[in-house]
Amino acid sequence: MSKVINLKRGLNIRLKGDAEKVLGTHIAAVKVAIKPTDFPGLMPKILVKAGQQVKAGEPLFFDKSNPEILYTSPVSGEVLAINRGERRKVLEVVVKADGKNDCVEFVKTDPLKLSREEIKEQLKTSGMWAFLKQRPYGTVARPESTPLHIFISGFDSAPLAPDYEFILEGQTSAFQTGINALSKLTDGKIQVGIRPDQANGFFSGIKNIVINQFSGPHPAGNVGIQIHHVCPINKGDLIWTINPQEVLYIGRLFETGKVDFSKIIALTGSEVTAPKYIKVVHGICLSELLKKATRQEVKERYISGNVLTGKRTETDDYLGFYDQQITVIPEGDYFEFLGWAMPRLNKFSISRSYFSWLTPKKVYKADSNLNGEERAYVVTGQYEKVLPMDILPVFLMKAIIANDIDKMEQLGIYEVIEEDLALCEYVCTSKIEVQRILRDGITVMIKELGN
Amino acid sequence: MKSLRNYIDKKKPLFSPGGKFAKLGSTFGAIETFLFTPNHTSQTGVHIHDAIDLKRTMTVVILALVPAMLFGSWNIGYQNGLAFGVERGIIDNFIFGFLKLIPLLVVSYGVGLGIEFIAAQIRGHEVNEGYLVTGILIPLIMPVNIPLWMLALAVAFAVIFGKEIFGGTGYNIMNVALLARAFLFFAYPSQMSGDSVWIYDLPNKVPIDGFSGATPLAQIGQGAASKMASFHDMFMGFIPGSIGETSTLAVLIGAAILIFTGIGSWKIMLSVVLGTLSMGFLCNLLPLNAYMELPAYYHLVMGGFAFGAVFMATDPVTASHTEKGKWIYGFLIGVLVVLIRIFNPAYPEGMMLAILLMNVWSPLIDYFVVEGHIKRRLKRAKVKANA
Repeated sequence: MSKVINLKRGLNIRLKGDAEKVLGTHIAAVKVAIKPTDFPGLMPKILVKAGQQVKAGEPLFFDKSNPEILYTSPVSGEVLAINRGERRKVLEVVVKADGKNDCVEFVKTDPLKLSREEIKEQLKTSGMWAFLKQRPYGTVARPESTPLHIFISGFDSAPLAPDYEFILEGQTSAFQTGINALSKLTDGKIQVGIRPDQANGFFSGIKNIVINQFSGPHPAGNVGIQIHHVCPINKGDLIWTINPQEVLYIGRLFETGKVDFSKIIALTGSEVTAPKYIKVVHGICLSELLKKATRQEVKERYISGNVLTGKRTETDDYLGFYDQQITVIPEGDYFEFLGWAMPRLNKFSISRSYFSWLTPKKVYKADSNLNGEERAYVVTGQYEKVLPMDILPVFLMKAIIANDIDKMEQLGIYEVIEEDLALCEYVCTSKIEVQRILRDGITVMIKELGN
Repeated sequence: MKSLRNYIDKKKPLFSPGGKFAKLGSTFGAIETFLFTPNHTSQTGVHIHDAIDLKRTMTVVILALVPAMLFGSWNIGYQNGLAFGVERGIIDNFIFGFLKLIPLLVVSYGVGLGIEFIAAQIRGHEVNEGYLVTGILIPLIMPVNIPLWMLALAVAFAVIFGKEIFGGTGYNIMNVALLARAFLFFAYPSQMSGDSVWIYDLPNKVPIDGFSGATPLAQIGQGAASKMASFHDMFMGFIPGSIGETSTLAVLIGAAILIFTGIGSWKIMLSVVLGTLSMGFLCNLLPLNAYMELPAYYHLVMGGFAFGAVFMATDPVTASHTEKGKWIYGFLIGVLVVLIRIFNPAYPEGMMLAILLMNVWSPLIDYFVVEGHIKRRLKRAKVKANA
């Protein structure tokens, strides 16, 4: 029996629109896209032209600084467009699905019989490699490196997050194959973090992994928090992380020799008429998912991901590369008369200057209003309450703002990425853009010290 | 409310860059955001935000100050009545005092906010909420007889040199309200100390026989400790002193509000008390003068101790920013209060100087706490490397 690590600090934000545990009808993709912008620092070299036919698993582009990592098409069909933004930056490569699902053939064998290099090769050419992220920095893992361990979080504790037990149910074989492949990539272990109530769940049937249990509020399910408590990253250490559904992709690849990028995501949020799980293909166009699915009563904000770390999208945008859910909340672009003085019974606050402490079970309909204006840091001790790490978050923020690389390193920038500090941004009285500042700091670190 | 909103939207272009009154943009913005929480939405990072903002935070502190302010108003009337043998009811005492307090509040807010608005405009920033609290704190730590021009001068000095030159709210090193008091204390000592400044009208009229107007702390220094008010009276606040500071009870109500809402740091309040008690007990062991004989817990109800511990020491900008640092910072304030009260017979009130001194030290405390944190992290790395 593994030890339970109790995390006291953190916050569960209770929102309306949790996905009901039913699987909606499978939505066949008409259009999918892979977006180079989902990968911080990636410089794409496009390999296809508009109009060209591609198979599932055929490369669409690669990263100029890591040319062996290919980013492949999730479906077979015709390349519809390569959409560019300012200064001809590639925003997305769109593929129109033909529904035939012709696949590039890859090696089909038990990964335990392959060498590390053979597995790496298969992952790189099939487009699976980009799912492996590295810590520090949360960027795509470098293929030539070997991580101390590979960490997988077996649950997502973010607001309205999908339940992995539900998603993974019945896919033990593919998951096991995926784990076996990953186990060849590290000299350490595959470390899986679960909630105590999952002890007899899906992961108990998986071999070749080490299970760590974490109890406590969000961000207990963040892989970064779990790493911090199991194997904290010091300078020079390297850890890889991957999501459970992506382990399934890898498992299926070795079991069938074909790429199968279908996944189950949660459609959540107060503005979704019937929040539920749906099976989609990776990178699907959101308009197909959101068609008639939202209430359309107020102006809506569509988020690929959860409300804390997701990316704001429009309905004609595409599901983010790493995202496991879509959240729809009301846009908050309204004025509120004397808002600071109002009781605001319908808004949640961690502070007892509002009344949400009286109703600990109430679920809230949160909108995107800032509830104030950005200010200089005034209140202290707020961030620490929601960050279960041995890190001084405000001092780290200040080191980044001051561009002090030594201090960033000493104060723990190797251990955190945006999602780990997202709650700090949520609770901030001064409305500081914590995640943006942190990514700026990480960008500086990569530029100065290398990835 | 819609018509008001429409009116604001109509006038807004006039105050925006390029508009006729663009020079009043910050002022307009301050009034607009006071009336209406803006329609700003999350642009990066999290998509939802906690309902708390700085306006709410400051409002709670002001609420917490209300008991002290109400009691202070009453006490102005009560002390005046004692001095001149006038009998007034509770309401009359309160009205008498409140009318004396209002001009002080008006001057404090007028001058302070005026400077804030101008400074914000010069920098092209929004007006910060910091002065909303400072503006009420300053009158409450003044003697009632303070001339209005002096108050105005102190506010101007404190806001400009204590805050704006550092960049405004959030960047100041020392507590702005205490700086205003310290400025007056050193510039105009005769109006800030002595026995007559605490009672309204005392400098101009002759009190009834036997009335001195001295604060309990001063009485000890004058060798009149036997005449000192009882612990009960000092706790309740029936004593002369700065307007808002006398009643420990009223301050404790404020402390309860601050601690309950989580807006004031209980760690700082508690550690100040602990520091004072420890130093007080030490002095009791070696009583060399009248102050050292004073039972340690008396320090908690005398002078500006309670008010300072709850409303001044806890100012998050000037206090220690680290959680460990807060304990050290508060404890040292407590120790210094007692030391200053004992060894500075010229001015027995130690709270103001203790807090200001620790304000200056708090970055140093934070420095050591952060260095300790970094060392621990490095050690963790070494342990792991050797494992």
